[in-house]
Amino acid sequence: MGNAIAFYVTAALILGFALLVISTKNTVHAVLFLVLNFLAVAALYVLLTAQFLAVIQVLVYAGGIVVLYLFVVMLVNLKRQPEDHSAPQRRPWLGFGLSAVVLAQLAAILVWGGAGMPVDPQTMQNTDLAVNNVERIGMLLYTDYLIPFEVASMLLLVAMVGAIILAKREL
Amino acid sequence: MIDTYVIPLVKILFVLNATLIGVTYMVLLERKVIAWVQVRLGPMRVGPYGSLQPIADAIKLILKEDITPTRADKWVFTAAPIIVMVPALITFAVIPFGPSVHLFGRDIPLQITDVNVGLLYIVSVASIGVYGIILGGWASNSKFPLLASLRASAQLISYEVAVTMTLVSLIMTAGTLSMVKIVEAQDSAHLWFIFVQPVAFVLFFIGGLAETNRAPFDMAEAEQELTGGFHTEYSGMRFALFFLAEYANMIVVSAVATTLFLGGWLAPFPNVAWLNFLDFVPGWIWFLLKTFIFLYIFLWVRATLPRYRYDQLMRLGWKVLIPVAIANVVATGIMKVLF
Repeated sequence: MGNAIAFYVTAALILGFALLVISTKNTVHAVLFLVLNFLAVAALYVLLTAQFLAVIQVLVYAGGIVVLYLFVVMLVNLKRQPEDHSAPQRRPWLGFGLSAVVLAQLAAILVWGGAGMPVDPQTMQNTDLAVNNVERIGMLLYTDYLIPFEVASMLLLVAMVGAIILAKREL
Repeated sequence: MIDTYVIPLVKILFVLNATLIGVTYMVLLERKVIAWVQVRLGPMRVGPYGSLQPIADAIKLILKEDITPTRADKWVFTAAPIIVMVPALITFAVIPFGPSVHLFGRDIPLQITDVNVGLLYIVSVASIGVYGIILGGWASNSKFPLLASLRASAQLISYEVAVTMTLVSLIMTAGTLSMVKIVEAQDSAHLWFIFVQPVAFVLFFIGGLAETNRAPFDMAEAEQELTGGFHTEYSGMRFALFFLAEYANMIVVSAVATTLFLGGWLAPFPNVAWLNFLDFVPGWIWFLLKTFIFLYIFLWVRATLPRYRYDQLMRLGWKVLIPVAIANVVATGIMKVLF
């Protein structure tokens, strides 16, 4: 019962902050709502007894990446109204169609994928998964999911090299 | 009922109040220590030897006019000091002050909670504190605070990388992220981790000075260049919150350094047999003593060293601390495989 209430409150917060992110006129405020959104997502992870994921969510997204967003937003000084930005070549219908496809996929996963909550979080409280969360994630990452893990790190390396080349034309 | 609600609430109340009192008296201690270094007396008027000075300061700050600049972003301007203060205080949730004590027929652990990701929790909560500084400078709508906050946040992000890399090598040595288990690992090894990871300790301390914006890295409040710093436009209690958060962060860094490197609540040199007579001293006294030594070093450094130049600071962070931290991780890994 308590878990259900906590889940719905956090879910409502996540959706509410997400709406505020895209509807606020002031860019800095939008970034701040994004931080709150990430913090609420971290709370959701805690509810699912995934403490490691929650802490990493705060550390990497809320505390790392969004700080850099804020940096950029503050430096470019977006004081103009959004109307001035309207681009003639923008295709709102394309974006709408793509997000509809994503929504349909998510709904399909929800209906046929059996993505319901596998176990009640209350019973997970003192299991091995909850107590040795970090060890279990480490073991999985370096055994079953080794290839995806390495591919993801390669992707980050490529992104890093790309960023350096773009920033420094002449090395 | 008592175990789930009453005891944690009492502990939270106690830790919060103790921290806030500690913070106010840190301000007095800093003024006194710096005065002694400079052969002055420091505050002497309020109370015996100036011991009631923090109370006078608090009354003054509360009674001062609280000004919000007209062109400032009101909400963000108000939120910024709060965002700085909250992470500094909630970090204490996972710091173990001592082993369990037996009170009123119950075993009460002397920390608010022990989570299995304790150290990462501290790092991630500390990373949220950066927002207060960035936003405080931005919301003031004034150029010097903006410049100062950009500087400060660039500094904090850079040194956060170095400190986190440093902690990785310590985690490898301890084999756990839980703050209590890190102390227990030092207990069973009969060795403080400062002797196992001396490089990590030095890196952590330098990074800690930079993370708390203390001298010689107090770039965020270089008065000569920035007419104050990111809090130039703040007055009254909101300024006080920024000020107190800095001291709270100092206490956090000292407490974390004590837990990680100086064996937390353990007595000194647990491997030396003839020092066993020290066992009668309760663990929390050792913890407070070690934390106090760190805090004193913070003040000592401030009184001794001049401020770094900004480019020197960045060079030190990116070209010295981070490579050394990564080399330390590699060396720790090799040692761990070999022995």
